[in-house]
Amino acid sequence: MNPTEESLSAPHVLDYTYKRSLGPILSQFFTGLRDKKLLGVKRKDGSVLFPPKEYDPDTSESIDEMVPVQDVGAVKSWAWVAQPRKQQPLDKPFAYALIQLDGADTTLLHVVDGGSEAGMKTGMRVKARWADETIGSIKDIACFEPA
Amino acid sequence: MRDVAVVGFAQSQSKRREVNLNDTEIVIPVIHELKKGKNLKNEDMDFVCSGSSDYLAGAPFAFVMGLDAVGAWPPVCESHVEMDGAWALYEAWAKIQMGYAEVALVYGFGKPSMGDLPLTMALQLDPYTQTPLWPDAISMAALQARICLEAGVLTDRDMAECASRDRRNAKDNPYAQVKGDFSIEQILADPYLVNPLRKHDCSPISDGASAVLLVAGDRAKDYCDRPAWIKGIEHICEPLDLNVRDLTRSRSTEIAAEKAGVGNAKVDVAELASPFSHQEVLLERALGLGADTNVNPSGGAMAGNPMMAVGLSRIGEAARRIWDGSAGRAVAHATSGPCLQQNLVCVLEGN
Repeated sequence: MNPTEESLSAPHVLDYTYKRSLGPILSQFFTGLRDKKLLGVKRKDGSVLFPPKEYDPDTSESIDEMVPVQDVGAVKSWAWVAQPRKQQPLDKPFAYALIQLDGADTTLLHVVDGGSEAGMKTGMRVKARWADETIGSIKDIACFEPA
Repeated sequence: MRDVAVVGFAQSQSKRREVNLNDTEIVIPVIHELKKGKNLKNEDMDFVCSGSSDYLAGAPFAFVMGLDAVGAWPPVCESHVEMDGAWALYEAWAKIQMGYAEVALVYGFGKPSMGDLPLTMALQLDPYTQTPLWPDAISMAALQARICLEAGVLTDRDMAECASRDRRNAKDNPYAQVKGDFSIEQILADPYLVNPLRKHDCSPISDGASAVLLVAGDRAKDYCDRPAWIKGIEHICEPLDLNVRDLTRSRSTEIAAEKAGVGNAKVDVAELASPFSHQEVLLERALGLGADTNVNPSGGAMAGNPMMAVGLSRIGEAARRIWDGSAGRAVAHATSGPCLQQNLVCVLEGN
């Protein structure tokens, strides 16, 4: 008997099969991304959180006034990925970056297609490059590129 | 508050890859060593609490297998946290405070070598806005290090000093994984791993386990001549997102240190679970440690970083120096989350 022919097998998919609602604020954020619009949320002090949150991280107050932010901004910090892993967004060297978009007071964690490490600089201006198809995901922004 | 003491500690060798043992088999000899050394039987333990992560094992409820290391009879009252064992110790301490236990066994274990740890760590981030981008843990730390360096709050020399000290201290630690004499100049001459981090700025990836015995009140003396009494223990969490935190300091460590009373008297020894050298600089400042504190005599997390056990091991290493009389007062630290999001601070004293 050949055990490889006789053994039973079954697929094992490691996954949590729950479905969760995004909630009132992130729903608007991701619907905005699908429509290629960037939406932050205004805090009581007038500053704008982007990406938005349902609650103010300092005061815990509910916040719900959505405001548009620009698709261009400045790199506040960056880390060059010389050898991207297959799960990571780009299949060539790129930078993870904290990017403060114009109109926002906080940074977005995303990726910059900067060409080379020498081309990266804190303070550099970058602009969003949209994915060919937008579906309501953070990856609707394919990456940022030097503006 | 009830007086609770750390009276026993055992740990495995930190190894980059434990080829022959699964994660339960790593913890079995550690718990057996602790129980044998303290002549502890299962019926003596009122409570058992463990810290581990199913994300490292890659299967839901994988932590249940860890209980095989304790033994199934007589039935144990047990709990588990999906956190470092230092937080399991906090739960056990709270259980004792509530009067539900007097003797508690705490253990932590992890085998991160089964996966790609820096990438696995992306699963702890925001599942909608961050994890889909798979930012690895080293890149995340590099984002913070760059902010600190460019803001001028620390220098790469400060970072290299931590790495050099930890690895030198680790030469005396038989359980350490990375040890040796590396001068600051040598470290600064190394190429970047992820700019501005060099290899020496990063803790190793380690498989391993540790276990601690807690005992309340006068019974502590039955297990230890000079118990390490927990005089303060606190943990504080900051928001998950980097963008609403001040990354140039560790605010949660500052608050935890104040609540635990770190600054009330001289700290002889501090054991820090810092995954990266720049974070160690921030932690030393947040804890208010000066030149009169012996920081990381074991080498800390920079010398051996068994995921889910490294924080608990810091408490054990700090306690060990109370037991042998080399320290009167010691501070242990544990961390969780990206870029020092959550921090636990524990103050131990010999009297």
